[in-house]
Amino acid sequence: METLANLALGFSVALSPYTLMLAVIGCFIGTIIGALPGLGPSNGVAILIPISFALGLDATAALVLMTAVYYGAMYGGRISSILLNIPGDEPALMTTLDGYPMAKRGEAGNALVLSGAASFVGAFLATIGLILLAPVLARVAFLFGPAEYFALYLLAFCTLGGMASNNQAKSAIAACIGLGIAMIGVDSTSGLPRLTGGNLHLYDGVDFLVAIVGLFAIAELFFFIESHGKGSSIGVVLDKVKIPWTYIRQTIPTMLRASGVGFVAGVLPGAGASLGSFLAYMTEKSIAGEKGGFGTGVPKGVAAPEAGNNAAAGGALVPMLTLGVPGSGTTAVLLALLMTLNITPGPTLFRDNPDVVWGLIASLLIANVVLLIMNVPMVKIFVKILSVPAWILLPGVTMVSTTGIFALTGSYFDLLMLIGFGVLGYFLRKLDVPTVPVILGILLGGNMEDALRRAMTLSDGDPSYLFSSPIAIGLWIAAIAGFVAPMFLRGILKKPQAVSD
Amino acid sequence: MASDRIFGLITLITAVAYIAAATQIQTNFFSGEYLPKLFPLLIGCVAAICSLVLIFKPDPDPDWPMARTWGNLLVAVVVLAIYSVMMTPLGFILPTAVAASILSYQISPNAKRAVLAGIGLSLGLFVIFKFVLMLGNVVAYRIPTPAKLWDAFSILIPFVGH
Repeated sequence: METLANLALGFSVALSPYTLMLAVIGCFIGTIIGALPGLGPSNGVAILIPISFALGLDATAALVLMTAVYYGAMYGGRISSILLNIPGDEPALMTTLDGYPMAKRGEAGNALVLSGAASFVGAFLATIGLILLAPVLARVAFLFGPAEYFALYLLAFCTLGGMASNNQAKSAIAACIGLGIAMIGVDSTSGLPRLTGGNLHLYDGVDFLVAIVGLFAIAELFFFIESHGKGSSIGVVLDKVKIPWTYIRQTIPTMLRASGVGFVAGVLPGAGASLGSFLAYMTEKSIAGEKGGFGTGVPKGVAAPEAGNNAAAGGALVPMLTLGVPGSGTTAVLLALLMTLNITPGPTLFRDNPDVVWGLIASLLIANVVLLIMNVPMVKIFVKILSVPAWILLPGVTMVSTTGIFALTGSYFDLLMLIGFGVLGYFLRKLDVPTVPVILGILLGGNMEDALRRAMTLSDGDPSYLFSSPIAIGLWIAAIAGFVAPMFLRGILKKPQAVSD
Repeated sequence: MASDRIFGLITLITAVAYIAAATQIQTNFFSGEYLPKLFPLLIGCVAAICSLVLIFKPDPDPDWPMARTWGNLLVAVVVLAIYSVMMTPLGFILPTAVAASILSYQISPNAKRAVLAGIGLSLGLFVIFKFVLMLGNVVAYRIPTPAKLWDAFSILIPFVGH
């Protein structure tokens, strides 16, 4: 009952004509961003945060807009996966495995509509799961003290590194780069500058938005300059778009199972949408067996990863909202958005700002419905937009990102740092070092250090305090297991390669 | 193999420098003697250990671009750097048109098309930012004095700028 009352509050916030309009705009922009190769959800949300901030939108409006963009980008990622065999972002990789063969068979329209429906089911069920699970977890989170929080942050870095990278040492270095950057600036307790090298521009610390946009958007530009924009050609032609009811009916059990798997994967801190779509696809593949024909363009192979991916995107919001620990790269960017809006996620968010939380959840449901409605008839428009050539797209994205950062801070120094992060991102990605831990480190470094400091102050400098409660010990064990286990599981959890022509 | 070793060496040196800098962090009565240093020191140590792992157990080399591409990337970085400092004295339109043209040319070498793309992007974004997003103050164009131009440019020259 309480949940329904909360939802009613959420809808009263999110259903005003103005916010509805923002949701529609956000979904449209988001789908375009997701569909354009080289512009994933994290990228798109990151570029838009400074702009939405400069526009002076209030917290609810900005949240509605950005979550709509987020969900839209998750939807849009499948368009380029299916038509071009280029995943718009990492989670969409699994969709290429069956989506592209289906499109080559001339069923591009069917694959697109089916994957849209699967996305809807996944995202819808995940939002329901979020509604049920988040308040419970928020209550548990009140039991967390500084020692538990420190262990929790550690867990996020360990699992993220374990899952997202091929080399634990590299992901740990990435996390250290982020955490190290987060330490720069004026120390909050002593009021003295730390690690600034005497540079006045660094007294405020390094803005995480600068890092995010640099590592994602500017680095992408360098990659396109290196490849001269190859690989952005149009692949498959789309003719008629009809709703394939038989496919949808056939794949309903698949969608439901995949949503469950994806949601659980999303809730695990640090695991995220890539793991969700991967596990969902693998589960369905093993259920279908050899005769299932996965990999040759079967509808189930399109529905499973899309439902799993979107369910994981919703599931990743659970730890982000209740504990302040994002479950994926994109939720890390959404966390950045919340922090920009001066909203601190965590258990207190549910108690102090119910309108924000439930407004966000209601806008997720709204965005989901809008996207389903928008995606079936308008898929042709999005496909047209895919043919924007790289030599217009990438300079445009770069200019929008720099202008956004400039609008936010008005400082040339931040723009120079932006380019620096772009160069860093280029080298890190070349060396197969994941960039998401860097972002997470910059975002969470301050909080993680605060937790450690409070723990040390409470215990008068006794390190054993960090392992003093069952919750903390459990989190430490999970963190170590999450870091070590993938080293042994790498052989089993090998990601399938994208199909080649 | 070699690239990971070099990367590991760079991060190792950075980590050691970071640890050295962390021991020099100023403290006062409010913060206590060691608390502001503790976490930076931990980060530095973890990074140093991981760098050593990387030096001893490197991954295979990635495909590095050729010398010409390195030149292109360097040009892109320099263009973006000049663009960053010129936004203040020159405003939005002129620097954006020039920078976008050059970047567009670098992705797909066709001079005429690139210039058109640059001008189009610059004017299009100007209209969007000014009239749709109402951020006219950000994208206003300015007519600078030579002194201001030099001021902005000198930022990029070490030991001359401020």
